[in-house]
Amino acid sequence: MFLLSIFLPLLSYLMCILLNERLKDKYVCLFSSVFLVFSSICAFVSFLNLEINEDQAIVLSSWINSGSFSVDWSVQYNLLSSSMVLMVNFVSTLIHIYSIGYMAKDDRKVIFMGYLGLFTFFMLFLVSSSNLLQLFLGWEGVGLTSYLLIGFWYKKNQANVAAIKAFVVNRVGDFGLILALFAAFIVFGTLNINEILLLLESQNTTKVEFLGLQLHSITLIVVLIFIGCMGKSAQFGLHVWLPDAMEGPTPVSALIHAATMVTAGVFLLIILSPLIEESSQFSRSLILIIGTITCIFASSVAIFQNDIKKVIAYSTCSQLGYMFMAIGVSAYSVAYFHLLSHAFFKALLFLGAGSVIHSMSDEQNIKKMGGLYNKIPLTYITMLIGSFSLMGLPFLSGYYSKDLIIEFIYLGQSNVNTYAYIISIISVLFTTIYSVRLIIYVFHRENKSDEKVFAHIHESPPIMILPLTILSIFAIFFGMIMHNHFAGESLFRVWGEFMFINNDINDEYTFGNIPILVKKLPLFAIILGTFLCFLIYFIFKKHSQAVKKKLTIPISVFENKIYIDEIYNLIFVKGSFYLGKGFWKSIDIDLIDNLGPNGISRLVGSFGKVVSRLQSGYLYHYVLSVVIGLTLFLSIYIYIL
Amino acid sequence: MDFFNYFFLSSIIFSIGFLGIFINRKNIITILMSIELMLLAANINFVGFSNVLDDLYGQIFALFILVVAAAEAAIGLAILIIFFNKSGTISVDFINKLKG
Repeated sequence: MFLLSIFLPLLSYLMCILLNERLKDKYVCLFSSVFLVFSSICAFVSFLNLEINEDQAIVLSSWINSGSFSVDWSVQYNLLSSSMVLMVNFVSTLIHIYSIGYMAKDDRKVIFMGYLGLFTFFMLFLVSSSNLLQLFLGWEGVGLTSYLLIGFWYKKNQANVAAIKAFVVNRVGDFGLILALFAAFIVFGTLNINEILLLLESQNTTKVEFLGLQLHSITLIVVLIFIGCMGKSAQFGLHVWLPDAMEGPTPVSALIHAATMVTAGVFLLIILSPLIEESSQFSRSLILIIGTITCIFASSVAIFQNDIKKVIAYSTCSQLGYMFMAIGVSAYSVAYFHLLSHAFFKALLFLGAGSVIHSMSDEQNIKKMGGLYNKIPLTYITMLIGSFSLMGLPFLSGYYSKDLIIEFIYLGQSNVNTYAYIISIISVLFTTIYSVRLIIYVFHRENKSDEKVFAHIHESPPIMILPLTILSIFAIFFGMIMHNHFAGESLFRVWGEFMFINNDINDEYTFGNIPILVKKLPLFAIILGTFLCFLIYFIFKKHSQAVKKKLTIPISVFENKIYIDEIYNLIFVKGSFYLGKGFWKSIDIDLIDNLGPNGISRLVGSFGKVVSRLQSGYLYHYVLSVVIGLTLFLSIYIYIL
Repeated sequence: MDFFNYFFLSSIIFSIGFLGIFINRKNIITILMSIELMLLAANINFVGFSNVLDDLYGQIFALFILVVAAAEAAIGLAILIIFFNKSGTISVDFINKLKG
């Protein structure tokens, strides 16, 4: 049953490719959604059938067997992988259904559905893998399908550029992950995740040599894996691809760049959590610091973006920062909780944004929208739910998961956690501001679009509203129902087998040693943020315009994403262009070509010209040279004898 | 002393034939004739030494050479005629198609 839930999306992909143009597009899209629905049902049934501490590896066949290195095709069936498979399948199914409506007018919608299926398969393969190599295959597979789907509208130059950018930036991270796999094999002699976790005790003092330095082996592995996760999960430094990836169709942004693929890095760190705990404090601090920077950076940039999808993309980035912060303070279960609840409300936000874009005739600039709340009421309500959940309004999903993270950061034992706590509160404030700003710009204020577009505004078809409704239900109730399983008394009983649990922090959380101020501070931040927004956009509208004119320089810095793209362009892109040009001109053309092929052929040519003067063509000259030669040889012969 | 006379004669005839090839600038027929002369010189050597050493093999070999020389002359003249048909001249000075 579990296997079926993983391989049905692959079947859906194959079906889409085989039946493309043989059957009506409508039916193929429907079939592929039906496959995914079955896949979700399978995942749900296998999740229900699971014993709470069950952990078995379903070996499909042997893959690589070389000396002491052996890798199987195998699937891990336990609570962690099964819940993740369920979530991925569920979100993917909803997005398949949504895509039927969203892509209805596209010629290549069957291919699109196929890619979605393939992506889902690779993602499931990644999360259910029981060894690191198979996980890496899934990791690269989702990277590939992400590339294909970002560049799906390949006639748009922007989309191609964004797809290549995403692929190349991910390579940087993947390089780290490959090195981590090598290091793990050198240290542990195996890539099986369970075996690695068993061998941890015996290897926690080993050193390995890396770049000529003697380093603590496990710390090295964790840092390298973290670099891989930074690439995939768009952490600060390697985040540049995520906002650009919004060039892809909106369902893709919802599935890949919000709910599933970008959380793969968080998931990888969670399943390797005992490894992180064995590594030195340095690696955890690194994760915490990078997570914090990402969180504050992305949420502050999101305030100044005008593209509806880019706002949500930066918001994804900052929520991923929260997850990494939770990992940095050893609160893995909380990170996982936020991962799941984030998947629901962020997919909801993206699909809602897609619905807005759909009804606005493909307009994405929020400054050209406005006043839509009575035109598309259903989308409005779902977007409100998504935004409130993202902000962390009480009793919605985001409230539970995000507040848990903030409280655990407060309780964390790292030496930077005080700063991290303050910054996380500021991020909540920023999150509120950009969410409210988005809602005000899109749904309230007077409409700024063309008359033609305005006349055409319509609610999306029911097939797009249905997934929104289902996701809304999850965005409201998921946190409320589930939050007891991810922190508190039952935490160890549920997750103890599958991830590291820091009992000190958890006990402190359970038995209430948190000041009431710490608990309520996020809520104050939300209220303050909302209040600020109302001040800026309604009450002091004219003053805020004047202030804005005075602050052009800081605003343009944030509007240009703190110039990170430009800096990277200057250093890496231009740098490698110059390097490449230099190598091409000086080494390839001047050195290799001139000394190599061209040089030799020129030498042979000029030598031949000199020699050919000897060939006069007159017979008697030849005879003379024969005679001279003969005489010469004879004389030498006689002389030697 | 007999030995020296044979050697002397054949040397002179060989040299004449030899010089004939590359001092001659007129035509190819002279070259053919010069080659015949050189073969003849070799023949004289064979016959002469056969006489001196009292060995019959030399004379038999000379007969072989005569046969080969005849065949060669026939082929050479045939080539010459075809060459003349093609290029309209047999002057050595104009045959320099191998010039580099």
